[in-house]
Amino acid sequence: MRFGIIVFPGSNCELDCQWVLQGVLGQQADLLWHKESTLKDYDCLILPGGFAHGDYLRTGAVARFSPIMAAVEDHARRGGLVLGICNGFQILCEAGLLPGVLLRNASLNFICRQVHVRVETTQTPFTAGCTEGQVLRVPINHNEGRYYADGETVARLQGQNQIIFRYVTPAGEAAPEANPNGSLDHIAGVCNQRRNVLGLMPHPERAAEELLGSTSGLLLFESILSSGPAPSLAHG
Amino acid sequence: MGDSMHEPAVTAETIAAHQMTSEEYDRAVAILGREPSLTELGIFSVMWSEHCSYKSSKIHLQTLPTSGSRIVQGPGENAGVVDLGNGFAAVFKMESHNHPSYIEPCQGAATGVGGIIRDIFTMGARPIVLLDSLRFGPLTEARNRYIMGGVVGGISGYGNAVGVPTVGGEVGFGECYSHNPLVNVLCLGIAPVDRVFYARAGGIGNPVIYVGAKTGRDGIHGATMASETFDEKSEERRPTVQVGDPFREKLLIEACLELMQTDALIGIQDMGAAGLTCSSCEMASRAGTGVEIDVRLVPRREEGMTSYEVMLSESQERMLLVTRQGAEATVQKIFARYDLDAVVVGRVTGDGMMRVRDGERVVAEIPVKGLVGDAPIYRRRMSRPIWQDTLQQLRVEMIPLPDDYGEVLLQLLASPAIACKAMVWERYDHMLFLNTVVGPGADAVVLRLKGTEKGIALATDGNGRYTFLDPFTGGMIAVAEAARNVVASGAEPIAITNCLNFGDPTRAEIMWQFAEAVRGMADACGALQTPVTGGNVSLYNETMGKAIFPTPIVGMLGILEHISHATTPAWKEPGDVVVLLGETREELGGSEYLKVCHGLVQGRPPVLDLDLERRVQRCCLDAIRAHVVRSAHDCSDGGLAVALAEGCISDSDKQVGVDVTLPEAIRSDALLFGESQSRIVLSVREADVSKVQVIADHHGVKVTPVGRTGGSRFICRSRTFHIDLPVGDLDRAWRGSLPALFGQGRPEARNA
Repeated sequence: MRFGIIVFPGSNCELDCQWVLQGVLGQQADLLWHKESTLKDYDCLILPGGFAHGDYLRTGAVARFSPIMAAVEDHARRGGLVLGICNGFQILCEAGLLPGVLLRNASLNFICRQVHVRVETTQTPFTAGCTEGQVLRVPINHNEGRYYADGETVARLQGQNQIIFRYVTPAGEAAPEANPNGSLDHIAGVCNQRRNVLGLMPHPERAAEELLGSTSGLLLFESILSSGPAPSLAHG
Repeated sequence: MGDSMHEPAVTAETIAAHQMTSEEYDRAVAILGREPSLTELGIFSVMWSEHCSYKSSKIHLQTLPTSGSRIVQGPGENAGVVDLGNGFAAVFKMESHNHPSYIEPCQGAATGVGGIIRDIFTMGARPIVLLDSLRFGPLTEARNRYIMGGVVGGISGYGNAVGVPTVGGEVGFGECYSHNPLVNVLCLGIAPVDRVFYARAGGIGNPVIYVGAKTGRDGIHGATMASETFDEKSEERRPTVQVGDPFREKLLIEACLELMQTDALIGIQDMGAAGLTCSSCEMASRAGTGVEIDVRLVPRREEGMTSYEVMLSESQERMLLVTRQGAEATVQKIFARYDLDAVVVGRVTGDGMMRVRDGERVVAEIPVKGLVGDAPIYRRRMSRPIWQDTLQQLRVEMIPLPDDYGEVLLQLLASPAIACKAMVWERYDHMLFLNTVVGPGADAVVLRLKGTEKGIALATDGNGRYTFLDPFTGGMIAVAEAARNVVASGAEPIAITNCLNFGDPTRAEIMWQFAEAVRGMADACGALQTPVTGGNVSLYNETMGKAIFPTPIVGMLGILEHISHATTPAWKEPGDVVVLLGETREELGGSEYLKVCHGLVQGRPPVLDLDLERRVQRCCLDAIRAHVVRSAHDCSDGGLAVALAEGCISDSDKQVGVDVTLPEAIRSDALLFGESQSRIVLSVREADVSKVQVIADHHGVKVTPVGRTGGSRFICRSRTFHIDLPVGDLDRAWRGSLPALFGQGRPEARNA
């Protein structure tokens, strides 16, 4: 499959995503500068973690105006896969491709550590290779990761099975102490209604090699691979 | 030049305000052959400040060993360069930002991080790791919590956003750091060994190009400020602290590294202390050339700046390049991509002068050789303080033995110097770049070296209390312990960088501390074959006449032949045998135990036998390489009892108890909590104990099996004591201490 990794000024996880896709999984993964306005045919676009445009304003608020975002939206509209990790998730929310917002962590501090998330549904191309209720050990690394949406939106997300990951204990319980950032309803990742755009705060690329302590994150990338290229995006 | 200068006249008051002595001023006049202009005076004052010139420390630093088979570049450049093999070089250096961090903790620490990162990528290396060595006053005081919170926030805010992971370091505490916190930051980058860039303004006629952020009035005289002691008016100097922009620096890293892929670049240096002045004349000095700059061409973000202000500004995130003629367009194209300024501001000249123009007017014209090469060097007066003898007296028999040894252990585990620092390092991105094999909280950081089977290890260390009690031994131990940390993680120590934090060098006792500590470091670096590749000296760490403990911090680099050698302190499985390498002597002087339980900073620090140290380290490394070691942990602050406890609790995901019996030949408090050097605690499979014995015999190292891992209790006994505590109690004392001091509960549990 062909992956495109969007690089905003201030992004910093692009090389890590590329390392996992190319080095670990043997896929093609191109880095795409944010000033590009057209995209070649990619099966999956990744918005990596980092601090796009410095994030001096609200996170992702400036990045959504980067020239490449129109092409990202177009790609999503045509059914192509889009994965937003951490800052990428924040940008997708700002761009309106995903519902909700990411507020400052309840502790008011940046948090970098391993957490556990539960796979709430396998009904997405990103989690098809997982099992429902499976607990993944994946690191978080953010200052603004507290998911929030109004009650109506959350009810809709719940009803339409769009909540993909929740913070849980290693045993899989959504206990209060397992929620690292105060996210509403323990939400760690959501998808859009069409299920081709996923955003999550944890970093699956940081959990892709045994040497680094966890391979849970590989399941996401492997799920994408086994979903195959989207039919509507057949390479011309 | 005379009347064309349009600057205020230089008076005796101006000279004094620039912290120049009358001898230094006369020297400047002799070099110029006339009185300096104000801009020139400013240039001399920053270049000859302690911070930039090392005028008090130089003669001592020259005694440090700096050569070795792996050393590509020793001291004198922006950073040291070490050959790692496989075509890779490690570029690394440590630098202090103590003074600014006291005046404005958050920005002071942040710009310290930014500054050291620039020193690394300026040499062509991608910065991949940061470590911080921090010292604060006791956390029982609100002001110290404010300073620590600000410093940690500054490191977190800048380091995370600039995209360089902060993977390790250490934090220490002491009353003497209340008004002089220490913020020492180490950065390491990786470069192709044949593509290292240097700060040299070569090639007459070549363009001098300014890149990065615009110049403002911030940080003028930062270098001079860092070369003074503090008084009650220190807060007024807040405007001398710069404000950092990690986003701009991130772009600067990417743009510079991209430029380095081309053949445009001749030389490059960051504009750190003393900004445009220091970068331009140091580059000319190294190349034996001159340089001419027109301040009018310098991108500015403020109106009406004088040439003096432009030359002395310490605005952050700026670099100075010298490129081939005709490569200007290449540079501008690359920097435009990142929306960064890249402006030709001058040329390399052949006349050996540093010439500054403001349009047509020449505002400074100084011989580079005189400015850099003839900077003053002082052989300052030194004397051993009269109180040193009293300080070193410790009547051990007057110290009562504890009633409850378990209670003492819990007290030590909760002592901020020993307690778990997760609260600090969880605020740092310590995983970026996917290299972190052993992260924060272990003896050393271990990173894999992508594209090879190798790894690198890094540790920082330095015990101010030991160095205060005996500067020579303290200097030696700083090196030895950092090396031991690296060895316990599975790496061979290969080179060091350092930060030497001391008081006012014009005081004879401070200069004696400095000289002795350097002598100790030189001996240890020689014995352990870890040459010095550079570093920095921070003097004048005094407030209202009271100096910090002399605190030399060592940053040790080690190399793992194979990443599978990476070893951590935590017990791995129940049923393993715990063995102690080395010997425990009856030593209590300078220990954390004496400080915490008896309120004493007294006696002599532990003895260090460099030959024994080297043998213990070789033994540990050989055992690790033979794959017979399951865990290894340096025995240091808090002694053997703390090292054993940390074996139980340091891995939050897997805690394993221990049951040991110690042979007792010395006072039981010294046995448990004394800090004898050259000791490492290992856990090994039962079947491998004899193999460790063979390796230890070969190196002439004593190895003592003391017990076994397993269960959920910490049991440690001898004839006279019997500690038996649930591992959970140790964990709570150790992990809960810092959050409690900061008034934070811990809502998130580590374990289910």
